[in-house]
Amino acid sequence: MSELLEQARRLLERVADGEEMEVYLSRGAENEVQAYQGEIESLASSSSAEIGIRILVDGPQGARVGTAYAGSLDEEAIAEALANARDNARFATEDEFMAFARPDGVAAMAMDLVDAGVTTTPLGDKIALAIELEKMVRSGDPRIRQVESANYSDYLAEAAIATTTGIAAAHERSGAFLSVTAIASQGDEDQTGWGLSVGRAPGELSVEEAAADAIGRATRMLGAVKAPSTKGVAVFGPRTAATLWSIIGGALSGDAVVRGRSFFAGRLGESVASELVTLIDDPTDMRHYGASPYDAEGLASRRNELIVAGRLQQFVYDTVSARRAGAVSTGSAVRGGVSGSPSAGCRALQVLPGELDQDEILRRVGEGIYVESMTGVHSGVNPISGDFSVGITGLMVRDGVLAEPVREVTIASTLQRMLLDVLYVGADQEWLPGLAAGQTIAIDGVALSGS
Amino acid sequence: MSETLVAPDVLSRVLNESMGRGAHFAEVFVEDRSSQSASLDQRRVQELSSSRSRGAGVRVVVGETTGFAHTADLSEAGLLSAARAAAAVAREGGGGVARVSLERERAHRSGAEVPPSSVPKAAKIEMLTRADEIARSSADAISQVQVGLSDSVRRFVVANSEGVLTSNEQVRTRFAVACVAVGDGGMQTGYRPLAATRGYEFLTPEAIDEAARGAAQQALTKLTARPAPSGDLPVVLAGGSGGILFHEACGHGLEADAILKQASVYAGKVGERVASELVTLVDDGTMVGEWGYLAVDDEGRPGARNVLIENGVLTDYMWDYLRARQQGRASSGNGRRQSYQHLPMVRMTNTYLLAGDADADEIVAQTPLGVYVAQLGGGQVNTTTGDFVFGTTAAFMIENGRITAPLRDCNLIGNGPEILRRVDAVATDFSTTPGTCGKDGQQVAVGCGQATMRLSGITIGGTAS
Repeated sequence: MSELLEQARRLLERVADGEEMEVYLSRGAENEVQAYQGEIESLASSSSAEIGIRILVDGPQGARVGTAYAGSLDEEAIAEALANARDNARFATEDEFMAFARPDGVAAMAMDLVDAGVTTTPLGDKIALAIELEKMVRSGDPRIRQVESANYSDYLAEAAIATTTGIAAAHERSGAFLSVTAIASQGDEDQTGWGLSVGRAPGELSVEEAAADAIGRATRMLGAVKAPSTKGVAVFGPRTAATLWSIIGGALSGDAVVRGRSFFAGRLGESVASELVTLIDDPTDMRHYGASPYDAEGLASRRNELIVAGRLQQFVYDTVSARRAGAVSTGSAVRGGVSGSPSAGCRALQVLPGELDQDEILRRVGEGIYVESMTGVHSGVNPISGDFSVGITGLMVRDGVLAEPVREVTIASTLQRMLLDVLYVGADQEWLPGLAAGQTIAIDGVALSGS
Repeated sequence: MSETLVAPDVLSRVLNESMGRGAHFAEVFVEDRSSQSASLDQRRVQELSSSRSRGAGVRVVVGETTGFAHTADLSEAGLLSAARAAAAVAREGGGGVARVSLERERAHRSGAEVPPSSVPKAAKIEMLTRADEIARSSADAISQVQVGLSDSVRRFVVANSEGVLTSNEQVRTRFAVACVAVGDGGMQTGYRPLAATRGYEFLTPEAIDEAARGAAQQALTKLTARPAPSGDLPVVLAGGSGGILFHEACGHGLEADAILKQASVYAGKVGERVASELVTLVDDGTMVGEWGYLAVDDEGRPGARNVLIENGVLTDYMWDYLRARQQGRASSGNGRRQSYQHLPMVRMTNTYLLAGDADADEIVAQTPLGVYVAQLGGGQVNTTTGDFVFGTTAAFMIENGRITAPLRDCNLIGNGPEILRRVDAVATDFSTTPGTCGKDGQQVAVGCGQATMRLSGITIGGTAS
């Protein structure tokens, strides 16, 4: 058993009569290097430890929970957090559905999510990656006028969850990232492009890939013009498609559904998407950056098929939302860090790939718009009503190939329509950091607003 | 909570250690933040949550390079260890002996009249249930109400190698009501935030009732909303939340970090006309009680009122210590950080457009066809190109000079420099709105403001043709 899990379990001994207790511990170390003009602009190396405590007390109408968080693991901080959690529990409304997770017999998969390279690689080599990245982007194309930021970052993190209801889960993970923002210029016009490379350790990163990504995205937007307002097919590349699936995933949260805050509520078993769409949430798939043996309540991760060939098959649940909905947890508890409370959410989304590559999809689409980047996703998408309106940059699709770049364009539809209007799903699946993997998709019936 | 986070002589020794290897600047930022939050949903008080976070960040600058480390260990040994880690970037440096002598501490109290610690938890719960009842009583169509409340007391001490020693206490309190209304046209949402850099004194029953009714009304109104138009139309922004537009569309491009990297459309344009002469844009950290208010910034610099654009002419940018030092000038009091775990950078405080002299109703009456935005949602900008997007959460058609049908939520899209030139009317009814600004992964509280105003044209991203 990990040392951190041992510590969490020891803290459970402080539970009082009539209480259940959950202890969530995490600790980690991280490095971040920013390079600028061939030098280190900043270098941050840090470690941290955190604790979240939840206390549950049963009453005649159900359970009450109080929570507390501390940003260090010294005794004073822990004692204060425990006292606060206990006091806070007095003020919640009794809720018949409130409960901590209990072991459900599903065994966690053994997963090795740590690459030792993240700690054994000398800091100097990590710095060199950031400096090399900046240099490669600067010299990679004469139209690149500036590299706004070129970063290397990594982390090694460990978490443990233990409850008096029998949960004992611990896992570790590492990650390393290169990211770069390039500015390309032509006359008075500037365009930006963002590139990245992701791995579990510095050895898995590709400076070339991140640099080419940023340069390509910045330069191909040069000469962007306003587009005419029209309605038609929008083609999303892997990154923007991943953003769409993340939004759809939010509406598949059993918590949102049971509270009537999802346009999917009451539609189980119905056809909600094109037959081409099979959307699964699978944190046991090691290829996915969201892979993890346990969910945020310490239950084993499992593969959940959400939409199968367009038919809405199931939602994802944590313990409380499952009880509220009369279902069982799907191992889908998520929380916003150690200080957050669990809720139900997707963790590692992917759409099963189709057979066409991007060029073939563009050829078949013929006329439309290719979406290079989306902005305003947090303000322009309403997961309750399904209204969807975002700003994009992109390229027109003409005669089946990418044509002139366009900017200051919005695309709008509803999420409901967009799912039904999926025309093609690509074979070009990319494993991206974040909630969802993505591949090229084409969606019909999208309103384009330009000049 | 002890009165002094870390003793001045310890801070001196940590700074000496940081400077020891030939650094040009060192800073210790010690922070102790306590916060509490509570929420109500489906008529149930969800969990109350308390949080406490204490630690220090040490920053060491050598030439153009910054080293940074943070620790939750506030003992002298812990702080010295962070200082050595931050100073590791200076390993090539000279190694001369530094002696930092700190000035007498300048202390800033929050001035909160009703500090969060003086409000019993039961009273906080009472505010949640009150808002819930008021919102629900607005109409049967209100099917869901969520109410959230949070308060935080943030104390920090900042000391640096230039002798600055400043302590500060910031108290922020926030209350928000969100409603869902159900009708024939599906579900619609309404939202009202109340937030101030104050204690609980502004959360009066009247203020809570008004927020609850406002959120409910907004959701109800939208039940009959029709799809927003698409294309370029004049837009009238109601006073308050429209300030988000100026925060996004020009504020971010006036931050000196973007300027010095030539990553802003406004680089090199001081003295030039960049906006309609109706535009005077100010960033003002001194507006007591506003959500972006700060007595001193997170580098120990007093908050200031900075005029960025005056009558359409660009006058200055916003600066933090590091960027100002590179230009041989003083910080403008815009160095902020999310917590001791983050490096400070140039951030806005309260950013607003000064009121004009037009009448708000007249502006609408003189708009034959357009969109009236009663409340703006969040937004996003690419500072390099100036292209921005922001969402509406309450919008209406303007037809024949009158506000008519409510519109479904949509995004507006435009380009900062272009939009600034299209401001063609500004009214007198100035008000402000609270927001959260994210930049490079750090969130800080900001205020925005403006009076009712009109843009001669902006692209609306609706679905109606």
